[in-house]
Amino acid sequence: MTTSPERTGAEVEHVTLTVDGVQVSVPKDTLVIRAAEQVGVQIPRFCDHPLLAPVGACRQCLVDVPDAGNGRGFPKPQASCTLQVAEGMVVNTQATSPVADKAQQGIMEFLLINHPLDCPVCDKGGECPLQNQAMSNGRGESRFSEGGGVKRTYPKPINISANVLLDRERCVLCARCTRFSEQIAGDPFIALIERGALQQVGIYEKEPFESYFSGNTIQICPVGALTSAEYRFRSRPFDLVSTPSIAEHDACGAAIRVDHRRGKVMRRLAGNDPEVNEEWITDKDRFGFAYAQLPDRLTYPQVRDESGELRPASWPEAFAVAARGLRAAGACAVLPGGRVTAEDAYAYAKFARVALGTNDVDFRARPLSAEEASFLAAEVVLRGPGDGGVTYADLEAASTVVLAGLEPEDEAGTIFLRLRKANRAHGTRVLALAPYSSRGLQKMGGRLLPTAPGDEPAVLDSLVGHSDFGLDASSVLLVGERLATVPGALSAAARLAHRTGARLAWVPRRAGDRGALEAGCLPTLLPGGRPVASPDARVDAATAWGVDRLPETPGRDTDQIVSALRSGELGGLVIGGVDPDDTSDPAATRAAIEAASFVVALELRETEVTRAADVVFPVAAAVEKAGMFVTWEGRPREFPAVLSVPHALPDLRVLAGIAEELGAPLGFRTVTEVRAQLTEMGPWDGERATLDEAAPAGAASGEGLRLATWKQMIDDGSLTDGEPYLRATARAPIARVSPATYATLPAGTAAVVVSGDRGELTLPVEVADDMVDGTVWVPARSAGAGVLAALAAPGSPVRLAATETPATPAGASDPAHHGGVQ
Amino acid sequence: MATLKEQFWDPIAGFGVTFRTMFKKTVTVQYPFEKRPTAPRFHGRHQLNRWPDGLEKCVGCELCAWACPADAIYVEGAQNTDLPDGSGRFSPGERYGRVYQINYLRCILCGLCIEACPTRALTMTNEYELADDNRTDLIYEKSDLLAPLLPGMEQPPHAMLLGDDEQDYYRGAYAAPAPGATAQVPVDGDPTTRKAETK
Repeated sequence: MTTSPERTGAEVEHVTLTVDGVQVSVPKDTLVIRAAEQVGVQIPRFCDHPLLAPVGACRQCLVDVPDAGNGRGFPKPQASCTLQVAEGMVVNTQATSPVADKAQQGIMEFLLINHPLDCPVCDKGGECPLQNQAMSNGRGESRFSEGGGVKRTYPKPINISANVLLDRERCVLCARCTRFSEQIAGDPFIALIERGALQQVGIYEKEPFESYFSGNTIQICPVGALTSAEYRFRSRPFDLVSTPSIAEHDACGAAIRVDHRRGKVMRRLAGNDPEVNEEWITDKDRFGFAYAQLPDRLTYPQVRDESGELRPASWPEAFAVAARGLRAAGACAVLPGGRVTAEDAYAYAKFARVALGTNDVDFRARPLSAEEASFLAAEVVLRGPGDGGVTYADLEAASTVVLAGLEPEDEAGTIFLRLRKANRAHGTRVLALAPYSSRGLQKMGGRLLPTAPGDEPAVLDSLVGHSDFGLDASSVLLVGERLATVPGALSAAARLAHRTGARLAWVPRRAGDRGALEAGCLPTLLPGGRPVASPDARVDAATAWGVDRLPETPGRDTDQIVSALRSGELGGLVIGGVDPDDTSDPAATRAAIEAASFVVALELRETEVTRAADVVFPVAAAVEKAGMFVTWEGRPREFPAVLSVPHALPDLRVLAGIAEELGAPLGFRTVTEVRAQLTEMGPWDGERATLDEAAPAGAASGEGLRLATWKQMIDDGSLTDGEPYLRATARAPIARVSPATYATLPAGTAAVVVSGDRGELTLPVEVADDMVDGTVWVPARSAGAGVLAALAAPGSPVRLAATETPATPAGASDPAHHGGVQ
Repeated sequence: MATLKEQFWDPIAGFGVTFRTMFKKTVTVQYPFEKRPTAPRFHGRHQLNRWPDGLEKCVGCELCAWACPADAIYVEGAQNTDLPDGSGRFSPGERYGRVYQINYLRCILCGLCIEACPTRALTMTNEYELADDNRTDLIYEKSDLLAPLLPGMEQPPHAMLLGDDEQDYYRGAYAAPAPGATAQVPVDGDPTTRKAETK
């Protein structure tokens, strides 16, 4: 069998060598261990990982090399994971060479000298490369313990972070975890310390292993040295049913594997998708699944009875009551939230147009602008891989990547890892428009373009033809959803892209945002990117849906829906997974829900919205339904249902039920039917909407500091509920100020009260050396009720005052980081 | 016309087995009223054994469930914690079996689970009366399977009384077994040939 791996580009030089008597041609610089895979020989290995640099630490992959390609052989067996192929090389692995086999058995015996035989209590048992390879390439007997040797022991296990437990006895010093931390995540807070038999993985005592990607070290550990606190002793691999799925925590669409046992999700692992997340996922994707298994999950529909109390109801009754109430309420609006699958979003979009006869539907449950809606319709919708959309591969190939309104480490972990990889591999220049250079930016080797909140349009405009930071067609401009809060910024980004030829992509935070955009959950867009304003597009959609006409006037966006509900222009509201504290004005949203004459809520768990609603429908969590998320690239990511829960209906089934009672059936009841409709309807091939440019607002008015804020990856968001170990790894909330601002505070100030027009937050203060003067940064959802509810709108003026009280971070975790490893 | 032999001898010969058996020892057992001991290694109902101080031997490793060809065993492990008052420790070491169920509707009493058990926590008794009039009661919980507390044993949870760590237990390196629990000492120094303590 000869396989020559097909690589793109004919210029890849091939080298022919002989492995176990079989000739094989592989690209130049291939490692022998991979060349052997091409002929079907699996050489045992621990330290070798295709995505990490070779290190040759474990020595398990020894092979005999009688001819190194120059006619001379190596006198001793060589580690095949560090040896590159050469023309005419002859390699004999354990399959044909007694020398290699003996060497591998010897190494395995060494590794097992100090490895405890506690497989029955070890979480890795059953899926352990050491177990497997000790069986396939080890001896049956250990001469060490027979000779009376005593194993080196350590106290078991220690927390190297709240999520990750380290059992030093089991470690075989392959350095996968430390290499991952250094090369991939950039959080090198773990390292190999000590020497000889005492060598061990340790943490710096003063800096805890604080990483958003620490869970990956657990997965790549080839022994049970690193285990997960959350999965500890939960189950065995043979108990688990694995389903490939897509992570629902951000818009990156990371491939994951969900393992469940008896109807409960036990753990999630990274999938392997070289085009998207490679083999890495964030800790939130890995550990954040308990929210769907909490006791406050809604399990049955509820309707409000005459006495004003919510009472359980049957599904048909709830459908009927919801339909009756919405009909009586007059004009209605739909707020689907940003977490639904594309199919569910399509159901919301069609429900609004067909059943309620309105365009008042908006997925953006966060600060937004009309400019953003126009930007999305003109620049974002329908762009995907293959249609001019930016992909992860493009990020890696780009010469320069500009980040505006986006902090990838917090808001899109997979993008962060890709950019870091690109920067390390070929020096991709990362430029960030941000008030200070975050740790994530430093890890990406990025350069800060100091930008106070509100100044983004000016800075973006200055990049056109900039002498140092000039962009060209090989550049990529990534704009985050936060840019919507800055008037003119998205227009400036589009302008910059058009003038320089740089490619533009919009990166939302939530998994469902991009899918909802494509599915038409926007007041100005119908499904498939059909502009509401275009009569052709309306006719096209109406024909596809088999209705006479669709509402013509563009609808209200979330903020307008909120004010219309308060003023009584709108009566009914169908609301999905929306947390009022995420919206532009939480108080107004609460008042709008209160003012609405009839509210239908579709929710996973009991929230203040469901408590205020007139009809409450429980909906299926992402693991309980099939669906599709669309990544920020526009890449569709379908996933199957993991758990089969008959009573958990997806949003689309609930909406279909209400619509049938309203006498306007949606024409689907299942995910499969929605997918068929979406395929039949197809994307809009007519003219795109054009961008209505908005002018930048003038200098910020009012006294005080300008408020910069974004959500940290692990914060008080409801999708990390029920997962104490994950929450404990959240970064402590602090207020960041510039040195000049700090100097205005009394000397030695440790904590400050940040006060805005909506309230105040007390936080420890930290100085960021390159922070733009006159700006204070506060994490958006890590303290108290969050910045939007309890402080002020992003970019608005806030005041800072020193305080005596030591700030206790709200939602604080117990100090899970144990002391250093000795 | 039948021969004389066919007419007279053959009917009697047909009863030969019957007549012969009439003079043999009877094999019928008056079962519910009279119970005979089984063979010593008869595969009967399982038992979850204890260490001499009463801690459970089961570490919840699920190897029995893995070995079971009938999928009759369900185990969930959990972590022992060393609390000051000893509550939180059910077995020596890190892990114990929080849930342990054997479904005797499924169990074929083949004994593969016994062979798989790394701590000799699971053994089989000679009890064979495994019948009931409903399905639920045939799923035996941990409380049904645990060996009775012998004198000197203490009901877990409690701290390790026989040694400082689990290694002392596994090696049989504890000094004085609790009174009444004498069958625990390793034989001829080899920890692998320790006697099972089932009676």
